[in-house]
Amino acid sequence: MAQAAREQEAAIEVRGLWSIFPKPGGGEVVVHKDLDLTVRRGELLTLVGGSGSGKTVLLRNMLGLDTPARGSIQVLGRPVAALSGPGAAARVGMLFQQGALFSAFSVLENIAFPLREMGGLPAALQREAALLKLQMVGLAPDDADKMPSELSGGMVKRVALARALIMDPPLLMLDEPTAGLDPGSADAFVGLLQTLHRQLGLTVVMVTHDLETLFAVATRVAVLAEQRIVIVAPVPEVLAFEHPFVQQFFLGPRGRRAMELTGVQAPAGPAPKQGQ
Amino acid sequence: MRAVPRGRWTAGHLASRRAWRQLGKALADVAPDAAWDLNALAELDHVGALVLWRHWGRQWPQRVSISDAERRALIGRVAAAPEQAPERRRASAAQALDSLGAHIVAVLGQMRDFTALTGQLLLDLLQLLARPARGPWRDFSGHLYNIGAQALAITALVGFLIGVVLAYLMSSVLRQFGAETFIVNILGLTLIRELGPLLAAVLIAGRSGSTITAQIGVMRVTEELDAMRVLGIPLGFRLVLPRALALAIVMPLIAVWTTVAALIGGILAANITLGIGTGYFLEALPRVVPVANLMLAVGKSAVFGVFIALIGCHFGLRVQPNTESLGQGTTASVVTSITAVILLDALFAVVFKSVGL
Repeated sequence: MAQAAREQEAAIEVRGLWSIFPKPGGGEVVVHKDLDLTVRRGELLTLVGGSGSGKTVLLRNMLGLDTPARGSIQVLGRPVAALSGPGAAARVGMLFQQGALFSAFSVLENIAFPLREMGGLPAALQREAALLKLQMVGLAPDDADKMPSELSGGMVKRVALARALIMDPPLLMLDEPTAGLDPGSADAFVGLLQTLHRQLGLTVVMVTHDLETLFAVATRVAVLAEQRIVIVAPVPEVLAFEHPFVQQFFLGPRGRRAMELTGVQAPAGPAPKQGQ
Repeated sequence: MRAVPRGRWTAGHLASRRAWRQLGKALADVAPDAAWDLNALAELDHVGALVLWRHWGRQWPQRVSISDAERRALIGRVAAAPEQAPERRRASAAQALDSLGAHIVAVLGQMRDFTALTGQLLLDLLQLLARPARGPWRDFSGHLYNIGAQALAITALVGFLIGVVLAYLMSSVLRQFGAETFIVNILGLTLIRELGPLLAAVLIAGRSGSTITAQIGVMRVTEELDAMRVLGIPLGFRLVLPRALALAIVMPLIAVWTTVAALIGGILAANITLGIGTGYFLEALPRVVPVANLMLAVGKSAVFGVFIALIGCHFGLRVQPNTESLGQGTTASVVTSITAVILLDALFAVVFKSVGL
């Protein structure tokens, strides 16, 4: 019962968000217009949208990296501004698209970095905690002393994930986690994400273009179009939703192939017309 | 005896020094054969579990009570983790010798690269002379503006102040000997022949040498250099040549500009402290400082400029794609180019000791 109540609780609440950027050469671009979004605790929400629809901007807003022009964002029941500062790694983890590993540090130093900055824990414990996370993301202890420049793309993402999870934050955000990975590594990474999501009871917000990943892992999908969230729902409901972008994005040739591969049923009815 | 840990055993909570000390005290009081009850813990994460596991001597205690399955699984994961990473390789004496040798080889390699870069610049210059219309003129004019025009204010300020300071110091000494009018000789010669070009070169080396290295270094980090090579665009012709050419032209101009600013400062200070009029100063200056000094200053400034550009490009092209290397490269570039400027200046002083004195 308590479990059910907790799942209804919001991990992130975005209300009336406006993002406005100055256009080069005068004028303004409105990226988000009165946008609302609720992320429930324990879910794996995937954020999709066309190029330039402001997915990454929204993610950065939810992390407190950028401040929106208007609107409020509550993360774990507190305003997003309270997220940053000391101990932020215990509240939210972020996996950047390129990994954003510190190139001057070894793998293990990268993972243990948030712990080391807190200052209290002895070095041996930091090292062991980092090794534990290294193992949890599926890397060998031999990789611990490598430098980021020696790692493959998939390993960079895994190390970055281990660093994001070092202080066991309840919330994890991912920006294009499978971009730039070969299919095998992407599949393995998606499997890892699912395992960690289950094991650690994480709330995950993921931006992705990769339909296979989306169909495989998402508990709900939020579609960003026309400067707002047009629908937030489980995959089957989103597929049945009548909206030009949704139809084009999910039911185009790539979408259909991804559905076949992952065993998601396409909704009945005529195929969308070409040239929307 | 029962051990019942309470509160939040999480990384965020335990990592503060105070919390860690309290925990250490509490754990020290627990008897080794205590029965553990982990149900009163408010929160437990991997770091907290790791603390427990290490306290237990990396084995489950005889009596432990955990009702939450997730919590048991958490400790299970910690238990299954490898204890230690492989030992780091220690440096032995032989390795130290090896690294010394590698260092020497690296320095020789740098010299060879620099020579190659200089040779390439000469070849590119010949190519430019053969086909001037195809030169990278747009880049060239951009560098002229960034390296030259934008440095006018700072070089003028520094030059002016040095001129004032120098004149003040000289005047007190000269007055003791009653040789006030010699201030024109001293200021004219030192500023025009030595200090003007040297000051300008040191400022430009710090300002533009670092910029050149950082620009080219970032291009390495973002793979732009590789992209240029794949597209068949010669790096020397497009990156090194316009910078070297721009600095060869800008450097003498900035040197003269700095010298003029320093002379104005000197004239002002001489006027105030010694009462030497501006008219007298300007009339006496060409008489006591032969024009060959100015030629020498302009000539060596051009050489300084080319060297600053070459050193900046050399270190920029050597940057490895990581942040540390970029920082090291920029520092090395500035230090090397300032040292090179001073060494070259000494060389010019020796070679041209019979000119203009």
